[in-house]
Amino acid sequence: MNIEEFIEKLEEEFDELEPGTLKPETSFRDLDEWSSMHALIIIALIDTEYDVTLNGDDLRAASTVEDIFNIVKTRVA
Amino acid sequence: MACFSIPNIRIKGIAAAVPQQEVSNWDYEKLTEKERRMLVKTTGVEKRRVAPKGMATSDLCFEAAEQLLEKLEWQKEDIQILIFLSQSRDYYLPATSIILQDRLGLSKSCLAFDIGLGCSGYVYGLSVIGSMMATTGLKKGLLMMGDISSATCSPDDKSTYPLFGDAGTVSAIELDADAPPMHFNLKSDGSGYEAIIIPDGGIRNLVSEQSFEVKQIADGIERCNLNLALDGVDVFNFSITQVHPSIRELYEFANTNTEHYDYFLMHQANKLMNETIRKKLKFEPEKVPYSIAKYGNTSSASIPLTIVSELSDEVSSKPLSLLLSGFGVGLSWGAVSIETAPIVCLPVIEV
Repeated sequence: MNIEEFIEKLEEEFDELEPGTLKPETSFRDLDEWSSMHALIIIALIDTEYDVTLNGDDLRAASTVEDIFNIVKTRVA
Repeated sequence: MACFSIPNIRIKGIAAAVPQQEVSNWDYEKLTEKERRMLVKTTGVEKRRVAPKGMATSDLCFEAAEQLLEKLEWQKEDIQILIFLSQSRDYYLPATSIILQDRLGLSKSCLAFDIGLGCSGYVYGLSVIGSMMATTGLKKGLLMMGDISSATCSPDDKSTYPLFGDAGTVSAIELDADAPPMHFNLKSDGSGYEAIIIPDGGIRNLVSEQSFEVKQIADGIERCNLNLALDGVDVFNFSITQVHPSIRELYEFANTNTEHYDYFLMHQANKLMNETIRKKLKFEPEKVPYSIAKYGNTSSASIPLTIVSELSDEVSSKPLSLLLSGFGVGLSWGAVSIETAPIVCLPVIEV
């Protein structure tokens, strides 16, 4: 997996986002659109696409898109 | 693993009642327009029914039971067991089921008791009433369940208030020597008890002045310890990781698979969560009905309510293979595989 693919998938799920909005260094909580619902969408996406479960602590520890990507990368079977 | 079968039990009829007052999440002032769109898209909840102050779950169940008994032409003196399953009982004590026995005019030889469960309740309730009837020979029973959740959610808590709706249901259960066995898989994980909780008001934390203190938990989340608190991420993770393996265990026990079932009825918790589970089990969307847009998360009432509101024509006209799955507060979850005969369904009743 690579981060470009990962970002593309995230942007597809957040359909209010203009493509190209998310960068590896984007701090996702600072996005205007961010809400707690997005956390659920990210969890569902990562579970479905990569079979990796993120918990609340994982999300709290992550601040950028790349942080989330790295967590997933280390856990992908 | 708690897989088991119960023979000789039929669901003969189902009725559900909801309060008249409908509230739309499109009008929920704690959220911006954008957040409302996001809420509806993710949770699937657009409208909910909200009970007026003082209306109890048992009032909804009572109305549903009166109408169902009449439709089935069941005599009240023939009802030998009544179970009321809820987390919003009339009084701290006595049990609501006993009050319902008298209010419905059932015989004094009808046994009655309550069960305190939520989202997993329909599956658990069926297993309790079914196994009691199958082993004792009691012929006719009523399984009543639901919740008034609007009374315990803080209107200023965007993480709970827009999700839940009020409803009460009744299922008429009959002993029937020709009924094929129902297969169950029931599970519990109390380590997650804080994921969905009303902290005060029980014996652990008696009601005190502090119980009423409203605290700001986060932006848009204000509640006191007598309100429901929900950890959305924990519940979400629990549901998408635990529900499908337990259903696969049930498949193995019952010797079935996804293709075997005509319909898969899930507790109406959250559309994104339920869709994730649906995809993991590879159910086609047409086989998985939802009532969550109209009624929200109605706790233990959600499966019978979904049957009468979305599947009434199908279940009332022909035999079906149904897979029912409830999961949530406890944490508690369970699934049941049922081969139905036509079930009498009343249209959703407004009280």
